[in-house]
Amino acid sequence: MGSYTYPRYPYRKPPPPGDAPVPVAIVGAGLVGLTLALDLALKGVPSVVLDEDDTVSLGSRSICQARRTLEIWHRLGVAERVVAKGVTWDTGEVNLRDRPVYRFDLTPEPGQRFPAFVNLQQYYCEQYLVERCLEQPLVDLRFRHKVVGVGRSADRAYVDVETPDGNYALTAAWLVACDGVRSSVRRALDLPFEGEVFDDQFLIADIRMRTALPNVRKFWFHPPFHPEHSVLLHRQADDVLRVDFQLGRGADPEIEKKPENIDRRLRAMFGPDAAWDHEWISLYTFSCRTMRRYVEGRVVFAGDAAHVVSPFGARGGNGGVADADNLGWKLAAVLRDGAPDSLIGTYGVERLAAARENIRQSTRSTDFIAPKFPASRVFRDATLALAHDVPFARALVNSGRLSRPVAYETSPLNIADTSTSWGVAPAPGASFPDAPLDGNGPTSMIEAVAGRFAIVVFVERTGELSPEVAAAIAALDAGSLPVARLLVTRDIDSPDFPGWTILEDIGNLAFRRCDARRFTTFLVRPDQHVAGRWRRIDPAALADGLRRLLAGGPA
Amino acid sequence: MSGLKTDLNLARPDDVYNAIVDAHKGLSPAQSEAMNAALVLLLANHVGDEAVIAEALAAARRAATKE
Ligand SMILES: Cc1cc2nc3c(=O)[nH]c(=O)nc-3n(C[C@H](O)[C@H](O)[C@H](O)COP(=O)(O)OP(=O)(O)OC[C@H]3O[C@@H](n4cnc5c(N)ncnc54)[C@H](O)[C@@H]3O)c2cc1C
Repeated sequence: MGSYTYPRYPYRKPPPPGDAPVPVAIVGAGLVGLTLALDLALKGVPSVVLDEDDTVSLGSRSICQARRTLEIWHRLGVAERVVAKGVTWDTGEVNLRDRPVYRFDLTPEPGQRFPAFVNLQQYYCEQYLVERCLEQPLVDLRFRHKVVGVGRSADRAYVDVETPDGNYALTAAWLVACDGVRSSVRRALDLPFEGEVFDDQFLIADIRMRTALPNVRKFWFHPPFHPEHSVLLHRQADDVLRVDFQLGRGADPEIEKKPENIDRRLRAMFGPDAAWDHEWISLYTFSCRTMRRYVEGRVVFAGDAAHVVSPFGARGGNGGVADADNLGWKLAAVLRDGAPDSLIGTYGVERLAAARENIRQSTRSTDFIAPKFPASRVFRDATLALAHDVPFARALVNSGRLSRPVAYETSPLNIADTSTSWGVAPAPGASFPDAPLDGNGPTSMIEAVAGRFAIVVFVERTGELSPEVAAAIAALDAGSLPVARLLVTRDIDSPDFPGWTILEDIGNLAFRRCDARRFTTFLVRPDQHVAGRWRRIDPAALADGLRRLLAGGPA
Repeated sequence: MSGLKTDLNLARPDDVYNAIVDAHKGLSPAQSEAMNAALVLLLANHVGDEAVIAEALAAARRAATKE
């Protein structure tokens, strides 16, 4: 079973013990650990990545890679491969019995560099990330190096690592646990991991089958081929389909897992002429849990090690990649520029709030799909019954609210607005929107702001920016992390400003999405969240803002 | 300031009350329950004001759990 050939990555003996601690040790080469290692490398920070295994994710888990994840991986040099290999989709269809009741388009308007989602099996994503890491001299990737013990002091973390050549000890200035839901680091430190466990069982059948199905996420409540429950269908690369059958609470796993029983369900679904091969079968239940804190001294938790959600909404892997995106620049600022540890504390605050939002959303979806008490079921069924004829009810049908970047509304890094004249525009803490731009050739806002601090100033015509103000802003810096100065204009009419990149808002979308006027200014963080926004160009406020970001909060 | 109207707001209260009750005639208990749920959702959408809905939910729950 399975058409994918698992790569085997070479094991290397532990290096001779060094005197100095490594700056960052990452436990776990999954989606999250690999993303973090690559981001750190691009920011000049070396890391050691320890993984107990020597291959990629076994079997199919994550398939839906969200726009924000693609944007991050684009910066890291792997998104092109993911998009080329995967299946792009923006639309979801929800069916009740045999009829569609609701369609949602996650990209209702153009002008985004990446689609809402690309479906690609987790093993391919990890493979591409590993291959990219292997090209980076600053990433020291160690397969079959298993962490078996953890210790810590005020300014260090220590791990015991088991290898085929025996155990060794590693000291790190920062240890990042990306070792998955059963995190051995979390368990070694005996930290709580609390939340809600759901009893409903789900059956995943990944099958290889040629099909003319459109690239749409399809969800059914009570379809004729599985009348008691729900079914979710996704396309994946290599002509693989993911069929996810809800089985309910009472189902017997041993019976359900029998190939003849799975084939019976699939036959009912795809009809008498369909032919398929099995790629992967698994039965799962899920839980929504989080740690109470993600930063414990010099030990930081990210991805499934820190939080898990139900799969409805694709918030697990995508949320974990956003963790890495949030942490990378902060670790770089602490390690390279002496920023205080409290900056890492803001990672904990921001991503815990994000995880709680992801858990809230995925719990609501789960409660709709698998109602837990009788009244919940009555309202769910009433919503479905209304959805055919009454438009508002369609919006209540919850088959998964799909992953989007979470706004850090209460972050200590946010700079309070000084103007109240904002319409629909990204507020401090929110993710900065994409838009097509033209510099020396087409680009996008995402590419222009990616991976560094960005000062984005809007003008109608380039000449409106005064050379003195331009020079004052060009003189601002943020230690070793670069600062981009972007002048976004409707009309390029004058010579360049040194240190600035001039970009034309060719679709008028940047102006609109930012509710921009002449001299509207945004300060954007390296993870593309907004730190502050102003209705006038204020170099002193920008300088303060950069200081605040590197100080982990107001001075 | 209370958003939920708790004083009489119906011109012909008996008519409305009986219309609600009569609409359940001939329904099984399960159908009645389903109908009530649909009605709540329809009216909540019509009201549109989250604060008013929250007050109504609290008042209804108090009524349902008295004694
Ligand atoms: C059925 C299913 C469907 C899903 N669908 C989606 C989806 O569509 N989209 C989405 O975004 N997410 C999805 N997810 C969630 C997603 O798979 C996880 O959130 C994601 O894998 C988390 O990545 P991670 O790097 O944190 O952990 P993992 O991927 O679990 O990686 C942990 C790594 O740590 C290593 N490790 C563990 N212990 C040690 C140790 N002691 N020493 C050294 N190394 C160690 C492991 O070998 C592994 O490589 C799905 C999950 C499931 C189960």
